[in-house]
Amino acid sequence: MQMTSRKIRVLVGKPGLDGHDRGAKTVASALRDHGMEVIYTGLHQTPEAIAEIAAQEDVDVVGLSILSGAHMALFPRVRAELEKRGMGHVLLTGGGIIPMDDMATLESAGYAKLFGPGTPTEAIAKWIQGEMEKRWQAEGAQ
Amino acid sequence: MTIDGSRTEVRAVDARALWQEEFDKAKKRGVEFTSLSGAPLAPLYGPEDARTDFENDLGYPGSFPYTRGVHPTMYRSRLWTMRQFAGFGSARQTNERFKFLLAHGQTGLSTAFDFPTLMGYDSDHAHSLGEVGQVGVAISSLADMEVLMDGIPMAEVSTSMTINGPAPILLAFYIACGERQGVDPKLLRGTVQNDILKEYQAQHAWLVPAEPALRMITDVMGYCAKRVPQWNTISISGYHIREAGSTAAQELAFTLANGMEYVRRGKAAGLDVDEFAPRLSFFFDSHLDFFEEIAKFRAARRIWARKMRDTFGAKDPRSWMVRFHTQTAGVSLTAQQPENNIVRTAFEALAAVLGGTQSLHTNSMDETLSLPTEKAVKIALRTQQIIAEEIEVAHVIDPLGGSYYVEALTNRLEAEAERYFAEIERRGGVVAATEQGYIQKEIHRSAVAYTAAVERASKKVVGVNCYVEDEKGPTIELHKIDPAVEREQHERLAALRKKRDGAKVKRALGDIRDACKSSDNLLERFVAAAHADCTLGEIADVLRAEFGHYKEPKIL
Repeated sequence: MQMTSRKIRVLVGKPGLDGHDRGAKTVASALRDHGMEVIYTGLHQTPEAIAEIAAQEDVDVVGLSILSGAHMALFPRVRAELEKRGMGHVLLTGGGIIPMDDMATLESAGYAKLFGPGTPTEAIAKWIQGEMEKRWQAEGAQ
Repeated sequence: MTIDGSRTEVRAVDARALWQEEFDKAKKRGVEFTSLSGAPLAPLYGPEDARTDFENDLGYPGSFPYTRGVHPTMYRSRLWTMRQFAGFGSARQTNERFKFLLAHGQTGLSTAFDFPTLMGYDSDHAHSLGEVGQVGVAISSLADMEVLMDGIPMAEVSTSMTINGPAPILLAFYIACGERQGVDPKLLRGTVQNDILKEYQAQHAWLVPAEPALRMITDVMGYCAKRVPQWNTISISGYHIREAGSTAAQELAFTLANGMEYVRRGKAAGLDVDEFAPRLSFFFDSHLDFFEEIAKFRAARRIWARKMRDTFGAKDPRSWMVRFHTQTAGVSLTAQQPENNIVRTAFEALAAVLGGTQSLHTNSMDETLSLPTEKAVKIALRTQQIIAEEIEVAHVIDPLGGSYYVEALTNRLEAEAERYFAEIERRGGVVAATEQGYIQKEIHRSAVAYTAAVERASKKVVGVNCYVEDEKGPTIELHKIDPAVEREQHERLAALRKKRDGAKVKRALGDIRDACKSSDNLLERFVAAAHADCTLGEIADVLRAEFGHYKEPKIL
């Protein structure tokens, strides 16, 4: 497999008032161990702030961690704020305490893949790498 | 020892060597023999591993150092309080769940608030969007509190409220609500978590920076000592530290370090230690490592008793006692094969009981997926009832006392906690250590180590990294919050703001602002503001304006 030419840049975000950051920080550390450049927003960020950081840092991926039940409100808002800043191309993913049917709803609405409790960090990293490979290959082919 | 004690000892040594030889020769399973916290475990513990001075280290239940329990009779007089943490949606919905739990034999209430309430925002604040009523009940005013407690006899039921940054404000709503029900504050019983230090360290629902937050805590201690004397003013909590990823030893050490800081602050504020220390209570996690958890509870009692008597000079034995609530470990639950969580919870609950807990919450099997359904909550409550009524474990006090293994673990945890106390001291105390991000880093390090252990399958999790089944979707029914709750809360708040006396509100908020600048007791002002129908967010806005916002240190 062809290695990617540059490091994947990931923003791990905690939107809303949710203070549970064990998952976000563990995933952030794991993605770093997989060679990605990871920026962690810290807690209690508004969707606007997350999109702003994503644009400033020109990230490839935004991962949201939501354990507050507010996922149905927050994913669409972060997506809208990213689009406003010309960041609609970003791979938007995430995880947390999200019931499976909500995950399916969000995924089918185009919010990329979501990861539930118990997902190995390895699987998240591999999935991001795979998606970015595909994107970069498509860009290269153009 | 008898006259030929020395010979007995020689024979014992020989026997041990013989066993060790047999043991070393035998084939072992290819797994890591460590505790859940990653500590190496011997295959066998004997008297040489558990050097314990019965009188000084164990003693009798109800007497110093309380290793064996805080009451002389423990569960022979009274079982632990079965207290299921509940709260979701509107005050009306949670009030119905409370009544359901009381009708099924629960003996105390425990309130979960939603994130806006936990962070001091009203339900109609922009930051509250999508969060109202999601992980707990939305309480923005005294009017909401009145609905929450409607038809519940506040003089009889004890109520625990899991709230921290805005704890003094919610306590004010509760006191005012009692007054409107005609209940003298002296009769109110319950607990407000009010443990801000572990918020900065682990749980992360804060309102203002540490110094003003600690001042409000001493205000609560001072006010309650005189006016709400049966109220537990702080529940010093290890639960969130553990859930955030700490080891058992870290949970123990950081919790007690926080507790000692509150005692220092209370004394510095001019309170007599024996006036407020008896109203401090504790809250621990009960995780999956059965014996390590039991040892942790025992060590907590022993350490605290020693510190309170010998370091802080408390004279009242009630100041020496760790009375604690326990919750089974939410993080131990799996989204995969969720029914298995009933079994995990049962083992954790049993450890809490054998460790001498005063009250217990058992998690429901569906909590990695959503808030629990009524059915799941009932099974969780029944789990406690089975432990209490069927398996005969509650008859004997500290049944594992004297176990070489449990005593060795108890000693080890105490020693590990002492090492952390020394390190925290070296860093300038627990507030400094938290502001430096030291405690957060320690917790994060343990969380990452545990995740790595699960991912390389050296720690096994049934359904996750062994005995995995292909699951298509949730196999159990889930509890969902109706988004209409948020809209209804907006309407309730709009109606309240319209009908209340605006001049009274302004005056009450002005009084709070003045008290922030002086050393007047803030809780007293909050109670007055509650009666004037000031909202949580309005009161919290004054505090944020006067005291500023907390900024978390960057650790990643």
